[in-house]
Amino acid sequence: MVVADTERLTAKTFGVEDSHPDWCGGCGDFGILSAVKQALAQLGRPPHEVAVISGIGCAGKLPHYINSYGLHTLHGRALNVATGVKLANQNLEVLVAGGDGDGYGIGAGYLVNSGRRNLNIAYLIHNNGVYGLTKGQAAPTMRRGQKTKGMAEAAIQESVNPIGLAIASGYTFIARGYAMAQRDLVSLIVQAVRHRGTALIDILQPCPIYNDLMTIDFFRGRDVGHNRIYRLTDEGFDGRVHDPSNQDEIVAKQQAAIAKSFEWGDRIPTGVLYQLDAPTYEDELAGRLPELGTSSLLDLASPGQDISRLQDAYR
Amino acid sequence: MRPPSSEKTMNENALSWMIGGPALTGGVNRSAELFAKACSRAGLYVFSNIEYHSNIMGRHISYRVRTSDTPVHSHLEHVDLLLALDAETLFGTPEYQDYQRHGGHLHRVAPDGVVILDAKAKVDHSAIERDDIHVVALAYDDLVRESVEELGVTYNARRHSVMRNMVPIGASCALLDFDISHVLSLVAEVLPAHRQDMVEMNRHVLLHAAEQARRAYAKEEFHVTLRPRPERSGHMLIKGVDAVGIAKIHAGCAFQTYYPIAPASDESVMLEGHQTSYPIVVLQAEDEVASMNMAVGAAHAGVRAATSTAGPGFSLMAEGLGFASITEAAGPVVILWQRGGPSTGLPTRQSQQDLRFALQPAHGEFPHIVVAAGDAREAARITHMAFNWGDRYQMPVVVMADKFIANSLVTLDDLGLDELPIDRGEYWTLEMNGSEPYRRHRLTESGISPRAVFGTPGGQYVTTSDEHTERGRIDEQVENRMAQMEKRMQKLELAAEEIPAEWQYELVGPDDADVTIVGWGSTRGPIVDALPELESRHGISANFLQIRLLRPFPAAVVRETLERARRAIVVEDNYMGQLGLLIAEQTGIKLERMALKYDGRPFSQDEVVEAVCEHNEADLGRLVLSHP
Repeated sequence: MVVADTERLTAKTFGVEDSHPDWCGGCGDFGILSAVKQALAQLGRPPHEVAVISGIGCAGKLPHYINSYGLHTLHGRALNVATGVKLANQNLEVLVAGGDGDGYGIGAGYLVNSGRRNLNIAYLIHNNGVYGLTKGQAAPTMRRGQKTKGMAEAAIQESVNPIGLAIASGYTFIARGYAMAQRDLVSLIVQAVRHRGTALIDILQPCPIYNDLMTIDFFRGRDVGHNRIYRLTDEGFDGRVHDPSNQDEIVAKQQAAIAKSFEWGDRIPTGVLYQLDAPTYEDELAGRLPELGTSSLLDLASPGQDISRLQDAYR
Repeated sequence: MRPPSSEKTMNENALSWMIGGPALTGGVNRSAELFAKACSRAGLYVFSNIEYHSNIMGRHISYRVRTSDTPVHSHLEHVDLLLALDAETLFGTPEYQDYQRHGGHLHRVAPDGVVILDAKAKVDHSAIERDDIHVVALAYDDLVRESVEELGVTYNARRHSVMRNMVPIGASCALLDFDISHVLSLVAEVLPAHRQDMVEMNRHVLLHAAEQARRAYAKEEFHVTLRPRPERSGHMLIKGVDAVGIAKIHAGCAFQTYYPIAPASDESVMLEGHQTSYPIVVLQAEDEVASMNMAVGAAHAGVRAATSTAGPGFSLMAEGLGFASITEAAGPVVILWQRGGPSTGLPTRQSQQDLRFALQPAHGEFPHIVVAAGDAREAARITHMAFNWGDRYQMPVVVMADKFIANSLVTLDDLGLDELPIDRGEYWTLEMNGSEPYRRHRLTESGISPRAVFGTPGGQYVTTSDEHTERGRIDEQVENRMAQMEKRMQKLELAAEEIPAEWQYELVGPDDADVTIVGWGSTRGPIVDALPELESRHGISANFLQIRLLRPFPAAVVRETLERARRAIVVEDNYMGQLGLLIAEQTGIKLERMALKYDGRPFSQDEVVEAVCEHNEADLGRLVLSHP
């Protein structure tokens, strides 16, 4: 493999030739993959400085189609693995990807606790409402009372509110995207990666095989006569906290984001719901050991460290 | 078992000592560790172990200190000196308290032994019913009050009564004719920063108590004396958790994850304290699933990574271990500090119940290394080697230890880490491939594929928990599946060939013996201590086959040793005789003689002696020991 020429990074630079997506025709994952590659090209980091860490499910296959370092991990554990990767080598640009079952269901505890840490990583959640790879069971985002054609009975569990959960968990960049709105999604991913801190994008996507409720036609709003998906910026919504030292502004922006998170039905908001500049976990570590402000653990730690002083403390 | 009768002759430096009292308020730990440290500083060999409840305040703690002129690695059943901070230490809890009942320690006091107790405690002296021991009753609180007031300080029970724990320590020094200056000089070291104003008071209490004990003890000389050995005063006195922590720093471990759990967290807490001095990040995760997978991620990204837990946490690490293995991560190193199971079990007590689980900790068939440490020094050295093996064989390494090693203090010259080799395994560089894409799981003769650390230019690869090709792509094709399975498992064979014998097993004692004791892990201490005792007191020549490497298993040497053995006894802290089962599986030899303990307490030297003597007299099969 040749080392990429960072001068001429394009979406193609981040493509691979020896692996082809086995997603179904019409799957939203194609849109997300395309947006990720375009965003990476814009971000300007060469492929070997990028690591894509994913969970299990259709979304989890994403790193196989990207020219970068990648780990296709376990169901619900992508954030854990990504945390280890990022802390070992802070110079890596770490993207995390997984489905809604992966993030809001089996990995919900890790989603919450990763928000508390605020590592400098970006987390893309492919939200299609169902467990596709296991043939269409309801995901945690499936609303109570809903029933897809593949479900035997309607859902009797309440759905999780991803944006509200992210706010409550401490994420410092929270956005919603739509897999079929490419240009907006590319922009959101670029912003998410550039954000210092943990960014979460809940990306709505159709599952053409198992979710006959969240279809492209649904998002287009054929039934209501207008596109359901709209941009928050078009309504002048500004989720960014402009003065991070102002606790009142933080609370107000969080409340506004939560209020928007309940908007679902005829209109579905997309864009940045919340953003706060706050110290990252890496900042906190550098506070303990200043060398970590400029170097990664990979560079600093080596075997054979002198321990005579440590041993003497027990004499 | 009745306490073995102690020597009537003077025992110089051979002491079995115990202090008991309530958790937290009693100051049991601090006083025992002070006394142990004083003995170590005086050049004596020390072994010290604690029994405590899963409780913060109030439940009974007992802490033993054993000293010797030669290295010691275990405790004895009897005690020469019993220091009681409360009546419970003598008699246990009353019958009606069926919750956490225990029988006290009075019965452990050897004939001619001494009990030091609080004259003001509600102790029914007639209940002691032992005319073969001596009782030294001191008014603990009065003594503390007098000492404080002599220094011109107004006595305040809430602030000062904690120094009660110094009373029996001072008294011990007097009875043992031990130069109290060894204790006095340590007071400032063991008191926390916010208690430094109490150093003088504590010293005063110690001196005062010594003086009163001398007066109160009717007998002229106690049968044990402690004589300093200044030529050996530079020894370390260290717990297993700290020894392993130091080893991790030495090995260049950059990333340690953990979730709080007894008895493992002490290791991580120790490491947390060194984050400002060494390049190591200790991350307290949300659970052990996270701990494990974070460590796997860090290992893939190129640093030495570790996590540390006990049985319940190890249960959660299962899927991450399988993930690390199939993706050929370089590690991580997992320290498994066993405690009593199953489930929450006995959170603060000893067991060796997790061997079979550690050998097959997750679904599917995959390679990993399992190695068990026999004591604190071995735990440190094996931890160092575990990082080498993780890097070289690109698989997780489970280092098994337990509560007995974690919490026990032992005298050591050093940890013996400097002389150990460092091996980071095979790395991939761009020059190795030319224009060909990098193959992370390349099929090689050895089974090892040189690894590209994340961030290496040109080495971009993806790997997956799914079965995969050499390139790390998901693949379900038959030939590839077989080749990758064989490649992974082949690495275990390589490890078995390459790992030097000293890390695989040790035969302690004579090559030929009447009895061969077989064990793994922390039973090493009491077994090694029992060998000379068996020879000198019971005329039984015994040796000890300690198996360190449990996967890959040194089957040939174990089979050969057991075929030579005249009478083999497997000694384990569990119900099933798990090592015995493993030996049967790996060698076809079924060891019928077992000495097992599953009462949550470690083997004492005496219990090993007892087990070997009984097995030597008759074919007992399965012998279960317990001395409550």
